[in-house]
Amino acid sequence: MPHDHHDHPHALLPPEPALRVKALETILTRKGLIDPRTLDQIIDTYQNKIGPKNGAQVVARAWSDPGFRDALMQDATAVVADLGYFGRQGEHMVAVENTPDLHNMVVCTLCSCYPWPLLGIPPAWYKSDAYRARVVREPRAVLADFGVALPKETAVRVWDSTAEMRYLVIPMRPEGSEGLSVDELAALVSRDSMIGTGLAKVAK
Amino acid sequence: MTACLPASAPEPVFLHPWHAQVFALTVSLNEAGRFSWPTWVAQFSQVLARHGLDKDLDGGDDYFTAWLETLEMILAKDGAAPAPDVERLRGDWERAYLETPHGDVVRLAASQNT
Repeated sequence: MPHDHHDHPHALLPPEPALRVKALETILTRKGLIDPRTLDQIIDTYQNKIGPKNGAQVVARAWSDPGFRDALMQDATAVVADLGYFGRQGEHMVAVENTPDLHNMVVCTLCSCYPWPLLGIPPAWYKSDAYRARVVREPRAVLADFGVALPKETAVRVWDSTAEMRYLVIPMRPEGSEGLSVDELAALVSRDSMIGTGLAKVAK
Repeated sequence: MTACLPASAPEPVFLHPWHAQVFALTVSLNEAGRFSWPTWVAQFSQVLARHGLDKDLDGGDDYFTAWLETLEMILAKDGAAPAPDVERLRGDWERAYLETPHGDVVRLAASQNT
């Protein structure tokens, strides 16, 4: 087909990996192994429905309701499933609680295992070699990079996620947050505070 | 990282559309029982480790490049998407983009669409 590139510029050619992904998608669709509508649903879910807001709700309820907190610490998988936040990959969820004596951090040294149903897709830094390698070796230096300085007497524990086990950090409830509603409390819970690279925001 | 953005600007979940596509493909195949998640993680970890040997991966494009390589490997091995088929369809898509006027929806030509 004759084609004049100057008068009718062609569609923008996507980068090489994008072409390869399209090739896979075409092959698998033709074989009936995937349904493009399912792919759209998955992307929509992760882009618009799942994110750190889910985790923040869990943390805020744990702060407000001792019974919920105890159940969460005992079997987070069941509690989180009850709330409708299902682990798509069948993983177990474990909640680890920060205290004045212990600060928890989460990493996946092998790849990027992460509590998707509660926090969504991990940020790039979580997937970077720099974080994955350093947080185990020098967690306090990593915390300093995130602007977090812990008291000397606070121990740091780093949890290494796996395909089967994902962790959610329950940050310490900030001072001055007494009397706030669950939704107001949830607004204080950042994504980073649930990975352990941040603290809950101070109540205003 | 986000210091220059207003505090309210959300970070994009996926940096590029193909990151989202290859992610969704993988999750969909896993949910359909094509491979278990631990199997995926084991293979993906190996690819990441190999890619990280001579440079530090930044967790962006390089992360999903390793992801795509892992998926291609698994699907080539189990026969769902043999490598020659992937190469052929990749070329078909490239041609389709080059032959589609800007602004039109890009589709594989009818002759390729069988």
